[in-house]
Amino acid sequence: MLDSNKDSLKLEAMKRIVAMIARGKNASDLFPAVVKNVACKNIEVKKLVYVYLVRYAEEQQDLALLSISTFQRGLKDPNQLIRASALRVLSSIRVTIIVPIMMLAIKEAASDMSPYVRKTAAHAIPKLYSLDPEQKDQLIEVIEKLLADKTTLVAGSVVMAFEEVCPERIDLIHKNYRKLCNLLIDVEEWGQVVIINMLTRYARTQFLNPNVNVKSDLIKSNPLGEKAFYGSDDEEGKEEKAEAAALAKRKPYVMDPDHRLLLRNTKPLLQSRNAAVVMAVAQLYFHLAPKAEVGVIAKALVRLMRSHSEVQYVVLQNVATMTIKRRGMFEPYLKSFYIRSTDPTQIKILKLEVLTNLANETNISTILREFQTYIKSMDKDFVAATIQAIGRCATNIGEVRDTCLNGLVQLLSNRDELVVAESVVVIKKLLQMQPEQHSDIIKHMAKLTDNIQVPMARASILWLIGEYCEHVPKIAPDVLRKMAKTFTNEEDIVKLQIINLAAKLYLTNSKQTKLLTQYVLNLAKYDQNYDIRDRARFIRQLIVPTDKSGALSKYAKKLFLALKPAPVLESPFKDRDHFQLGSLSHLLNAKAGGYQELPDWPETAPDPSVRNVEVPEWTKCSSREKRKEKKVEKPFYSDSEEESGPTESADSESDSASGSGSGSESEESGSGSESEESREESESEQEDKEDEEDKRKKKKKTDRGKVKAPAVESPERFFFIFSRFRFLILEVQRLASDSCSLRTSCRRWHKKTIAPSGSVKTYELLHRITGEGLGVEYCFSRQPFSPDAHMVAVQIMFTNNTNAETKNLHVEDPKLQSGMRIKEFPEIELLPPGEMVTVVMGIDFCDSTQAANFQLCTHIRKFFVSIQPPVGELMMPVFMTENEFKKEQGQLMGMNEISEKLTLGEKCQNEHGIVQRVTSAANVSRVPCGSDKECRFAGKTVSSGILVLVTVATKEERAAQLTVNCEKMVIGTMLVKDILQALTQ
Amino acid sequence: MIHSLFLINSSSDIFLEKHWKSVISRSVCDYFFEVQEKAGEAENVPPVIHAGHHYLINIYREKIFFVSVIQSEVPPLFVIEFLHHVAETFQDYFGECSESAIKDNVVIVYELLEEMLDNGFPLATESNILKELIKPPNILRSVVNSITGSCNVGETLPTGQLSTIPWRRAGVKYTNNEAYFDVVEEIDAILDKTGSVVFAEIQGVIDACVNLTGMPDLTLSFMNPRLLDDVSFHPCVRFKRWESERVLSFIPPDGNFRLLSYHVSAQNLVAIPIYVKQNISFFETGSSGRLDITVGPKQTMGKTVEAVFVTINMPKVVLSANLTATQGNYTYNPVTKTLVWDIGKLSQQKLPNLKGSLTLQCGAPKPEESPSLNIDLKIQQLAISGLKVNRLDMYGEKYKPFKGVKYVSKAGKFQVRT
Repeated sequence: MLDSNKDSLKLEAMKRIVAMIARGKNASDLFPAVVKNVACKNIEVKKLVYVYLVRYAEEQQDLALLSISTFQRGLKDPNQLIRASALRVLSSIRVTIIVPIMMLAIKEAASDMSPYVRKTAAHAIPKLYSLDPEQKDQLIEVIEKLLADKTTLVAGSVVMAFEEVCPERIDLIHKNYRKLCNLLIDVEEWGQVVIINMLTRYARTQFLNPNVNVKSDLIKSNPLGEKAFYGSDDEEGKEEKAEAAALAKRKPYVMDPDHRLLLRNTKPLLQSRNAAVVMAVAQLYFHLAPKAEVGVIAKALVRLMRSHSEVQYVVLQNVATMTIKRRGMFEPYLKSFYIRSTDPTQIKILKLEVLTNLANETNISTILREFQTYIKSMDKDFVAATIQAIGRCATNIGEVRDTCLNGLVQLLSNRDELVVAESVVVIKKLLQMQPEQHSDIIKHMAKLTDNIQVPMARASILWLIGEYCEHVPKIAPDVLRKMAKTFTNEEDIVKLQIINLAAKLYLTNSKQTKLLTQYVLNLAKYDQNYDIRDRARFIRQLIVPTDKSGALSKYAKKLFLALKPAPVLESPFKDRDHFQLGSLSHLLNAKAGGYQELPDWPETAPDPSVRNVEVPEWTKCSSREKRKEKKVEKPFYSDSEEESGPTESADSESDSASGSGSGSESEESGSGSESEESREESESEQEDKEDEEDKRKKKKKTDRGKVKAPAVESPERFFFIFSRFRFLILEVQRLASDSCSLRTSCRRWHKKTIAPSGSVKTYELLHRITGEGLGVEYCFSRQPFSPDAHMVAVQIMFTNNTNAETKNLHVEDPKLQSGMRIKEFPEIELLPPGEMVTVVMGIDFCDSTQAANFQLCTHIRKFFVSIQPPVGELMMPVFMTENEFKKEQGQLMGMNEISEKLTLGEKCQNEHGIVQRVTSAANVSRVPCGSDKECRFAGKTVSSGILVLVTVATKEERAAQLTVNCEKMVIGTMLVKDILQALTQ
Repeated sequence: MIHSLFLINSSSDIFLEKHWKSVISRSVCDYFFEVQEKAGEAENVPPVIHAGHHYLINIYREKIFFVSVIQSEVPPLFVIEFLHHVAETFQDYFGECSESAIKDNVVIVYELLEEMLDNGFPLATESNILKELIKPPNILRSVVNSITGSCNVGETLPTGQLSTIPWRRAGVKYTNNEAYFDVVEEIDAILDKTGSVVFAEIQGVIDACVNLTGMPDLTLSFMNPRLLDDVSFHPCVRFKRWESERVLSFIPPDGNFRLLSYHVSAQNLVAIPIYVKQNISFFETGSSGRLDITVGPKQTMGKTVEAVFVTINMPKVVLSANLTATQGNYTYNPVTKTLVWDIGKLSQQKLPNLKGSLTLQCGAPKPEESPSLNIDLKIQQLAISGLKVNRLDMYGEKYKPFKGVKYVSKAGKFQVRT
């Protein structure tokens, strides 16, 4: 069916295959037949083929390669969603051979203009990493780039990639920390979890512990549990002294504003509907917040208890850990942990754990009453756990020990054996603490040996009697007698205790028990279990005095009847908080693979300035621009060593330099417009440069020869050099205005601008008739407007055709579209009759062709005028090499590319003509190009610096194709129209 | 993150498997079966199981185990929440999340799983986006599909995924513009033997069904927002406005969604709508016991209490029950040992009563444990906490929508101890 040409049949076949995969059956035989359909037009078939491909590509690597080209084509698709899905499937195919292709695709997608494609790129990173860990370094570069992304869509995915590939590179986060904190609330839920967990770790390395000062209070306020650990008071004292010393050393704690930012921005997420997000915030607060603020998480966690039982299970585990450290936090919610008979057993036991942890002197009576009802439950495991919990409460809280003990003793008469057994075990532990007062309980328990069958309980009773046989001298031998009778039928654990009991009795009361002991030991000697045989042999040697017995038997009594320390009943959740809460490792109480340890607080805070972000201007520009800017800052291309990295650009540099060198020749033709001063400046710069140029000349003599010769001859080469030169002067100008005082240079610029070269088109602003004798024309001088680089410079020429003087010419009341700005020209105080004056004003058109409306005022009248720029004037030239051009073009595919076929006009059939037409239509510069069939131009918009790339490819006859790549589609389409018109005329 | 997913039915058959990374043999589920056997009941299977080199995180929904395989550290709640989300999506698509529904729609299930996770990390989980990508099945479409051969994968590529409000798709159109809000409150309470309250709280949700054209911006305000002690929102709700003004301002998703869930605490506020007098006792001799239960209304604010059920899990030794009910009828299931008394409406005048004797297993000792009563009830037109919606305003669109608010109170985990 797969070979059929009907889509419906193919679909049916694919559905069956997918159903096979779903059931876990092997469908790999069909691989060749399925892969053929990867280019199928039907979307559903295509998707199912993808499913199949991803599942089996690993097993059929060679055949899988057949499909790769389809995806590579998809990567260039104009539709962002198709690009994304192509990348997604391509990266999911686990075939090692295509690693380089994947790497390339990821790199490209990482700088895609669609955030969705960038998100997919972030997803692809861990896939590639798992396929080939050697790509790590390159992938880290991509991650670094994506981390700088500002969109919420990307943030979650890239942090996930970061966690999988390079969680140790915490330094990559610095610059993005604040941004991540601020974006957090808008990121999708799953991303939030990942980011919060990562930021918790980050904060632990970068900020100081907010609780250092309160630590000692904590110990004081929490004496019950804590005291047991500091065995003696001395030690505790020491501890506190050390604490105090540490305190004295430390300055008062001030929270880092970034630390505060994190806490503030995560707090609203406690209200999330997603339990995982709430838990992530809770653990963040638990690990990072000052003690006083942690309380806010309790309410949210209690809310989660309403959710599915699986969620409850995990939350309770975490709450149990928290309650050990911060009991006060959950005390108000004590009742939320009350147990219902309908809860699953595992939930009941966890709730019990929490209740036990929460118990203190004030609430113990309510908790014990609650426990009493639990004991009547039908769930026996739960009852056993309750009894243990009572035991723990009794050990922790001295006041209620007797009450608990009495309650437990009552349970001994319970009909259920399990309950009794559990009580016995717990009572044993409790009695160890103060045996003297409770000989009657021991007697009572001795009686129970007849009835209780649970081995653990029997063993416990026997141990108790043995241990405290002095308190019950009459009963003990009798118990031993009974036990000796049933010895052979007992469980191993009981047998061992019988031997113990016998030995102890032998030592204290050998008169009555000598024979019994002998008997028991003899029985044990022939037992099946070697442990018991060993024990019997050992004890016999130890206690029965023989000739050979050594020094040890003298101490037998001391050995057996030494005072044993009481056991500490503690929570299984104690100390679990060294695992990050909410993590898998914490839940299992064992380190899971890939678990990142939560680092300890640093002693001193690392430099907080690492998180400072650079001036926001730069982040707006593309990286390309940044690079250029850096070059300008450097003393012009001073060392060729540094430039040698990208040879391409070094070449173009020498190009431009040579252009400037020959600038003096080209002066008459075009650049007469330059001001005297600025030229002088530029020349002085040039001189410096030429010295270096000489050095370089020696190095690159051959190159120079090649470059220079055509520079003079071919006209478009000349044009290119000319535009280069203009650019250079521009740069110098900027440098000058940077270095000397800005204002003076500006004024100079205004005054001295001379009429632009003849090729520039002038437009009428105010006809001399409507202007009552005042004629105003304007043109786009294509000079950069130095007071504000985002403005287009408009040169305005006023002509006074009247006989009277015109005074106080100035701009008033501009009416602009939003975002547009205007920089008025300085007021012209006086325009004598018949004279002409030229001024420059700057307008930021915001990359639109909307007109700028304003009033032109003289001392007597006001005129409404408007300036509307042709789209070609909204840009300025950018200089790039062929390779750079191609790279940029590759990133502006799809919707950003507009191409149009055309027939060239008569006058512009040669290259020169095309170049001239294009550059007159738009303020772009030529890009050097290897092929003579193509002319390329590059520019960027003045206001937002978006690249505009123009390609004119000539074909046979006069046919040609015009392609414009620009992120702003409106600009692209308009530009195409303008250039088309210019070329076809 | 999530490596693979296995769906297992109650008879321990793996009926669906999906892998997002390389394939993991289904033998990994043996660990699961082992634990399951040990745990006995399904609800006692621990959600996280350590299985050799892997970890299994599972949930139990609608008699199906969703078992996911994890290889490295990941927050367990992350996986659990996601699995529940998967189950809810199935429910949404097929009307039920049963084994047969999944088996019947295995292709759609596979397509959904493919879209929801990429390399084990959640990709598109909003149901609006998914529905644009993959159309839910219905009878009409399946007929049309079989004739025309068209498919149920959306031809148009979803735009919602790219927008800043992923929960709402663009270009929604309705002829009747309606917005309904259901305020549903559940009372969780534990009463002790004497009928006094041990613990009580109210959990509420506001479920919305919004069918509005275009991009409406809604504002919902309450008469008494202070009642809400703890809230959690759908992501569409603007948190800042809630913090400052205590109003819910949001651009709603299309269709049904849960706008808000809240919690009303403070014990004294909770009005318990009924009272229960009960006496269950077993005799020392004679293998029998007696049962006497009376239910009556209390603090109902003038509304009638409906659909009252009393469910009792009896001790194992109870063989049968011979009872008489003055209202409604009762059933006793001797296998599960549950006694269910369906009372229906509670009236003020005549208090329903259930009385009679229980027969125990011969020779068995008197049971120590005391069963507890689980009570179910419903009160229409009343939010037991007293919460009231003040008004609903719409901005951003021209037309006038039809608005409606409904209140219901129910018993949640309402338990009476004996």
